[in-house]
Formats: sequence, C-alpha cells, structure tokens
Amino acid sequence: MIRLPIPVRAVLLAAVLALGSLAAPAPALAVNPDEMLPDPALEARARDISKHLRCLVCQNQSIDDSDAGLAKDLRVLVRERIKAGDSNDEVIAFIVDRYGDYVLLNPPVKKSTIVLWAGPGIVAILGLLALFLFFRKRRGMTIASAQAPLSAEERARLAKILDGDEK
Amino acid sequence: MYLLPLVLFAVLAVYFAVGLTKDPKIIPSALIDKPAPTFDLPTIPGRKGDGFSTADLKKGQVSVVNVFASWCVPCRAEHPYINKLAEMGIVPVYGLNYKDTPDAALNWLSNLGDNYTAVGADISGRVGIDWGVYGVPETFIVDGKGRIRYKQTGPIVGDMLETKILPLIRAIQGGSQ
Repeated sequence: MIRLPIPVRAVLLAAVLALGSLAAPAPALAVNPDEMLPDPALEARARDISKHLRCLVCQNQSIDDSDAGLAKDLRVLVRERIKAGDSNDEVIAFIVDRYGDYVLLNPPVKKSTIVLWAGPGIVAILGLLALFLFFRKRRGMTIASAQAPLSAEERARLAKILDGDEK
Repeated sequence: MYLLPLVLFAVLAVYFAVGLTKDPKIIPSALIDKPAPTFDLPTIPGRKGDGFSTADLKKGQVSVVNVFASWCVPCRAEHPYINKLAEMGIVPVYGLNYKDTPDAALNWLSNLGDNYTAVGADISGRVGIDWGVYGVPETFIVDGKGRIRYKQTGPIVGDMLETKILPLIRAIQGGSQ
C-alpha cells in the first residue's frame, strides 16, 4: 500500500466525508427503531399504512411523521395487527372502527364526502361553461357587426378610398 | 348578471363564516350508538376499590365514563365537576385512568378527591384506543345496554354539567331504560 503524504490524505478524507453526507441525508424519523418489525417487507407495509393514517393529536401529520404519544401507540398497534396476519385493509378498518373516517388522510368517496370529491370538478365545469358562453357571445357580436351591410355613409367613404381621394 | 359575483361572494362568505365557528380539534366519535368496547381493567395498583370492565356498563343503568390522567392539565380543572356529578348519585361515574403512572394517579386522586364508582388503570393506553380516545379529558355517556350515546371531548367545566351533561343523562335515562 502506498502511503500518501498527510495533506493529501486529509483532502481525500474530507472529500469522502463530503460525498458520504450527500449520499445519505439522514431523515428525521418519528418511527423509533424499537417499534420496527424485524421483517423488512412487513415493516414496509406498516410504514405505508402509517403514512395514510392521521395523527389525531396534531391532525395534519400522519402517524408515521408524528412524535405524539398516541401516534406512537397507533404505530405499534398497526404493527401488531400486521403481525397478527391482518391485511392492509383490515388494519385500516380496525383503526377506522375506533376513530372514524377522520383518521384517513385520504377520505373515502361516500355520500357525506361527495361534495368534497365532486366539488372541484363541478366548479371547473361551471367555469368552462361560463367561458364558453362568454366567448360565443363575443364572437356572435363580432360576426354580426361584420356581416351588417355598409351604411350609405360608409359606402361613400369606401368609394372615395377606392378612387384614391382619401389617404 | 351583474349580481352574480355578489351572490357568489355572499354564498362563500356564509360558508366560510359557518366553517370558522367549528372547532377542527373536535373529532366526531365513530362509536356513538355502538356498544362500548370489550375490556377488563384492574384498578390503579394501591387504590382501594374495584376495577372497571365492560360488564359494569351493562347493568341496565345509564353510566358515565370519564377518561382522565394526572398529567393532563384540563383534567385537573374538570375533576371537581366530575366529583360533583358522582356525589349527586344519579349515575355511576367510572374512571378510565389513561396512560398514567400508578403513583402519580393515586397522588392526584388523593389530592383532588376520588368519587368514582370504579376506576380502571389503562397503563398502556390500549383500552383508550378502543374507546377512540385522542385527547384527555374525554367523557362518555353510556346507556343501560352498554351502548355509547354521547362523547364529550375536552373538560366539563363552568355550567356545562348543568346545561349539557345532566340534561343528556336525564334524556337517555328517560328514553332507553
């Protein structure tokens, strides 16, 4: 092994450390290592489920993001249900039975949420309709004025232009 | 046609004004009119008296379940009203001691008074999750068949006992016994 001079080694070391810090930005995880399941596949499912469940204490974070005590309890519960053999839907149903649809960050389409889901579409359609009517009316006006026969005054002026009298 | 923007504005203004009067922290319970969860909790270690289980809620009388913890500041403000309700003797008042340490809970109860018919110690918080608890204090009114009929999120303070809780208890006592 070639021994590099110390300044060169220092520079190399600094470069390696800098690259390393670029490659692995450490995300601030709410999930503690002691909560995690040993099986990576099951843990991935737990993470996926947790990302869709609202933390009821902080409300705009998922339980996967939140440091609240209840969020931790729910994360542990999700993992317990997975270990007990529940499917993802069963785990979510278990939590929804206790806390209602409110825990779902993605609200289900049902009678009470139809306005929420259909509202933006309906507003967009109304807006397009209004635009369509507006432009049709304006175009109708332009065409109408373009098709109207020339008045006597206009004809006289046109004749002048054609004769080259008016510049 | 010129009125349209004004009408749209008025509709949106009313809609948002109503929205502002609602407290987004109050989440409607998913358990209203559903049977109370199944559980059987021992009392706080060191406390004299009974533990608390689902069977207590199926004795044919309306009961109140109060979720409390010694670490919960609003619970402290609420507790005198819970004591008062229990003293009236119109309903059994059960305590669910949520995620507490037994020593702290015992100390808290001996300072503030313990009029509970029975107290269950939910140290892990798992029974609390079954009840849909997300922020103590919470208080449930359960009918004689063990169905949850009402949930109060947040402390019962001021005139709430007289104006809200007692009328509800009487209505449920009158209706479903």
